[in-house]
Amino acid sequence: MTITCNGEPVAADAATLADLLAHRLGDTRPHGVAVAVNEEVVPRDAWASYRLADGDVVEVVTAVQGG
Amino acid sequence: MTTPLLIAGVELSSRLFLGTGGLPRTSLVAPVLEAARPGLVTVSIRRTSSLAEGGLLAALRAAGVRLLPNTAGCLSAREAVLTAELAREALGTDWVKLEVIGDERSLLPDAVELLDAAEELVRRGFVVLPYTTDDPVLARRLVDAGCAAVMPLGSPIGSGLGVLNPHAIAAVRAAVDVPVVLDAGVGTASDAALAMELGCDAVLAATAVTRADDPVAMAAALRLAVEAGRLAHGAGRVPRRAEARASSPLLGLIS
Repeated sequence: MTITCNGEPVAADAATLADLLAHRLGDTRPHGVAVAVNEEVVPRDAWASYRLADGDVVEVVTAVQGG
Repeated sequence: MTTPLLIAGVELSSRLFLGTGGLPRTSLVAPVLEAARPGLVTVSIRRTSSLAEGGLLAALRAAGVRLLPNTAGCLSAREAVLTAELAREALGTDWVKLEVIGDERSLLPDAVELLDAAEELVRRGFVVLPYTTDDPVLARRLVDAGCAAVMPLGSPIGSGLGVLNPHAIAAVRAAVDVPVVLDAGVGTASDAALAMELGCDAVLAATAVTRADDPVAMAAALRLAVEAGRLAHGAGRVPRRAEARASSPLLGLIS
């Protein structure tokens, strides 16, 4: 299965969003982070049950310095 | 002292809002916040690949400041709405500084996309503070769309040119009945004071502080300037005159 995460293709063996976050950020429920799949925000409480599908476009974001 | 500022029914502790963009290091966040004591602090939402970037958020949370996520860099209403939704999820606030720029060179607002995004975000329950041009007509349209404040630019983002068209800013202030926040262009304390003297309800500064030689000193200077400008606005300045008018008595002069 290949998904796109933050603009890059990723050969994902992650079944759920929580798995993907654990793989990329080392935490299944990282603080101050939000996730969208295919341009829809997935609420934090749904990360553990949200099943990724081939071709999904995932964005993982956080707050950074900004004006 | 000046009266407190209310936006969307929330009382803010200061009329100076601070942007964090451009600070050379995260260790400056705490002393700059201490010096500025801002009513709102803006952050941006960006892709992350490491939780090490979370140091900023921890510093802001520790300072207890109210966060205002922005949609900086968005070029369309669609991008801005998704960014605002992500910010709401990440930070737990439905307040958003709405930025939809027309191009990356001028960084000027795209009026059409901005209004579209504002309408959609208001529909989705956001408290929308749009970064806009110094156009009173557009400001009124944004308020009609349900925006809680308007944030006209004094001059282009990061330019430090100050308030290039004071008459336009005064016209925006006169055109709307929500708070007006001078956003963008502040270069130093006198720019912030002028904006407040023109009747703005608050000033947002980022670059002026974060890229100053001494960000902590400039943060304190802007805090004082905003307060001074607000007091001067309320005090009512004397009219400008083309000719001199003696302030000392003319009677009793020795001859």
